[in-house]
Amino acid sequence: MIVQVLAFYLFSAILVASGVMVISARNPVHSVLYLILAFFQAAGLCVLMGAEFLAMILVIVYVGAVAVLFLFVVMMLDINFRELRQGAAQYMPFGALLGLVLLAELAVVFGAWVVAPAANQVLGAPTPAIEQVNNTRALGQLIYTHYAYLFQASGIVLLIAMMGAIVLTLRRREGVRKQDISAQLARRREETMAIRKVPTGEGV
Amino acid sequence: MEVLVVFLPLLAFLIAGSLSLFAYGHNGAPKGAAAHGHGHDHGHHDHHHDAHGHDDHGHDDHGHDDHHPAAPADWRDRTAQVVTCGAVVLAAVMSWILFFQVTGHGGTPRTIELFRWMKSGTLDVFWALRVDQLTAVMLVVVNTVSACVHVYSVGYMADDPNKPRFQAYLSFFTFCMLMLVTADNFVQMFFGWEGVGVASYLLINFWYEKPSANNAAMKAFLVNRVGDFGFALGIFSVFVLTGSLQFDVAFAKAPELVGKTLHFLSWDFDALTIACLLLFVGAMGKSAQLGLHTWLPDAMEGPTPVSALIHAATMVTAGVFMVCRLSPLFEYAPAALQVVTVVGAFTAFVAATIGFTQFDIKRVIAYSTMSQLGYMFFAAGVSAYDAAMFHLFTHAFFKALLFLGAGSVIHALHHEQDMRNMGGVWKKIPVTYALMWIGNLALAGLPIFAGFYSKDMILEAAFAANSPVGMLAFWLGISAALMTAFYSWRLLIMSFHGAPRMPKKVFEHAHESPLVMLVPLFVLGAGAVLSGILFADRFIGHHRADFWGKSIFVLPAHDSIEAAHHYLPGWVGTLPIIVGLIGIALAYLLYLLLPRLPGAIASTFSGVHAFLYNKWYFDELYDWAFVRPARWLGHGLWKGGDGALIDGVGPDGLAAATQNVAAKASRMQSGYVYHYAFAMVIGVVTLVVWLSLFG
Amino acid sequence: MEIGLGHYLTVAAILFTLGIFGIFLNRKNVIIILMSIEMMLLAVNLNLVAFSVYLHDLVGQVFSMIILTVAAAEAAIGLAILVVYFRNRGSIRVEDINMMRG
Repeated sequence: MIVQVLAFYLFSAILVASGVMVISARNPVHSVLYLILAFFQAAGLCVLMGAEFLAMILVIVYVGAVAVLFLFVVMMLDINFRELRQGAAQYMPFGALLGLVLLAELAVVFGAWVVAPAANQVLGAPTPAIEQVNNTRALGQLIYTHYAYLFQASGIVLLIAMMGAIVLTLRRREGVRKQDISAQLARRREETMAIRKVPTGEGV
Repeated sequence: MEVLVVFLPLLAFLIAGSLSLFAYGHNGAPKGAAAHGHGHDHGHHDHHHDAHGHDDHGHDDHGHDDHHPAAPADWRDRTAQVVTCGAVVLAAVMSWILFFQVTGHGGTPRTIELFRWMKSGTLDVFWALRVDQLTAVMLVVVNTVSACVHVYSVGYMADDPNKPRFQAYLSFFTFCMLMLVTADNFVQMFFGWEGVGVASYLLINFWYEKPSANNAAMKAFLVNRVGDFGFALGIFSVFVLTGSLQFDVAFAKAPELVGKTLHFLSWDFDALTIACLLLFVGAMGKSAQLGLHTWLPDAMEGPTPVSALIHAATMVTAGVFMVCRLSPLFEYAPAALQVVTVVGAFTAFVAATIGFTQFDIKRVIAYSTMSQLGYMFFAAGVSAYDAAMFHLFTHAFFKALLFLGAGSVIHALHHEQDMRNMGGVWKKIPVTYALMWIGNLALAGLPIFAGFYSKDMILEAAFAANSPVGMLAFWLGISAALMTAFYSWRLLIMSFHGAPRMPKKVFEHAHESPLVMLVPLFVLGAGAVLSGILFADRFIGHHRADFWGKSIFVLPAHDSIEAAHHYLPGWVGTLPIIVGLIGIALAYLLYLLLPRLPGAIASTFSGVHAFLYNKWYFDELYDWAFVRPARWLGHGLWKGGDGALIDGVGPDGLAAATQNVAAKASRMQSGYVYHYAFAMVIGVVTLVVWLSLFG
Repeated sequence: MEIGLGHYLTVAAILFTLGIFGIFLNRKNVIIILMSIEMMLLAVNLNLVAFSVYLHDLVGQVFSMIILTVAAAEAAIGLAILVVYFRNRGSIRVEDINMMRG
């Protein structure tokens, strides 16, 4: 038990700290790296809770794809991180107040919140006992049967996103010479060769 | 036949009017389908290139006809002229037939109902032609003079490119006047009343490129409008009092209304007096009585035939006709009659005083018209309606004759209207000269000629009325008669006698008018000579009761004509003749024998002379009293009311305020996404706080 | 001390608030905004998983997976837009992105 508690507090602390660093790091590459750290901590928390599939997915997708994408873009864009404006100061008090208010609200809600006694009757998909089915298998059994359409739909969303990203950023460069195989194969003899009678000794 | 008499001129107007709308081919004509020649009239601009110089028109203060090359009459002009003249001559002939049918012993007055006009509540108005004795007299007057003027205009306007339009307007005027005199109810009379006002405006403004003509026409219409307003109020009060607008019904109720009062703004007014006074205000406007007279001299801007027809014989007499037609009402309102007498008398006097200082030949005759109208009104005021109508009858003839004769003189002297530039042409235009003599003799009221009978009757009736206002009217009338004779002969002498004062070329070119202009003059001359002798007995003599029948109503107590026939001292009858002869003699003295005397008198009494010459400063008074305040008010309302209030606070102000607020609000759209995100977050937080506190 | 639902929820709440801060407090560049959005989505995911575990309901985790998918797609598109924007404007400084100014 004590391990769990310690693990929880460790993961949470680093999560919050790296969250702070994400938004306040000077170097945007550092921000991305801190984001990756945050993702890892969140994954750890998920494992702690018993949702290991999600934790792994978090690492693979978020860290492996999204964060890497961020890193690519940050490095591709020529960001001059040396000039930073200290304009944040004017909003800081109000922003801080706002944040605190939000936090307080969340606390109020979560603190006073109780689970309805009859809630377990309306469970969408009761979690099977961990001894019988592990988390991944349980999720699989749920996704590919009851939520198959959602699953396909999310696939389409990803497809659209991919197409969108390509459409937005693809540029054709002018003047790039590429091989056009079909044109090459469709060449006819008349276009390429011409026979000329050349008297001996003279050029063409 | 009655319907034909009234509607033939309308038909002629429509035909001639449509002809005038179509484009012309020759030079100087209005082009394009713009209504009634609103297009550029090249004819009037061509005068710049005219061979005749303009130096002989030094005193061009009153607009003259512009020089333009003679526009040969094409088929449109001829058709219009033939149609209009033919229609009106036919109407004139039929009017004479009707006259003898309707009046006199065994006469048959009649009313022909045409169709219903409007029915609203208790108001039921029909279009009906009432042809009784009074109407028959007016029909004869209007149609005869109109026919003469139509024919005369063929000659007078021969140089004008807009002949069909002129003829059309003349016919339109005739139609409206006929509607007025054949009216069976107040509304129809008002229709004719307004119609002649419109026709007057159109005709005064016939040469609409002249700004002086524009102003004169507007002045005429506006002053008339004031009168019309009074007339309309009078009609309303009659309707309120009697419940009907038909003459017969209203007249039948008149005796019961004596002594009734109308309550208005906490005062009680005698009902009939108020109604009659308001109606008389209308007559004042139309007939240029003192107070609403300022338009008549300026109306001489129109062509001379217009002045003859409208401002001498017919339109201005509409007021007299109206008072006589409404005699059943006026008889029961003695206070109103007294007012009529006083106003008429003073008009006669004032007009005559102004008349003998003027230099424009048409203005002199115009003031003489105003003076004679004054006579007619004060005759009506002393209940001598028969005499007033008789004077209207004779006056139409000789005044139209005078105007057309003056037109002939103007035509002969190449559009010269200033008498100071005339003189010595009596041998060159003898026919015109003779006819002018006849007209003036009739005007002055010398025996045998028409004016003698009618004018004398009026003066005798005024004397015999035996009332203070009657006496006042009599003496003012006598002095006016003196001045009338004086300025009439002044006109004759200055225009025809003495050394010629115009440029030699004009003098040599002076020629008699063509026959088409002279024949109407002969007709009118015959009228001026004979109408008195032939008709005096019928109109005002012992047979007048038979003649007039029921069309004029006189209470026995007021019957001044009867009194004049019986109870008059002898000198009253001869005084007008003596006074007339004195006036003629004075004129000869001052203008032929001692030509320097008038100038000397004028400069000695320069103040009086200036006062009279400037028309007793009525125009200046009105300008100060009405025109300036109206302008000031208009200006104030425009700048302050319209500009500052409505534009400033209203549309423009609202627009500016909207723009202001919008500009401030649009600063929220900063363009920075994080601002927007911030706003969203604020919204969410607010919502949650709200819900948790009040939800 | 038992780690209860509340603890996880608190952590998620703090992370969410940090994400919000990041959106409007940053003055550096737009990538921070995108990363803050990812953080917020992470916080939401944590929330869902926590609930799912404590209510013994697997739906929460399924939902969390879907959110993950969407977050990835959105990050991709957002970055693509950013790249194109940078190509056209040459800068991704936050103050310069005000073309929607009204």
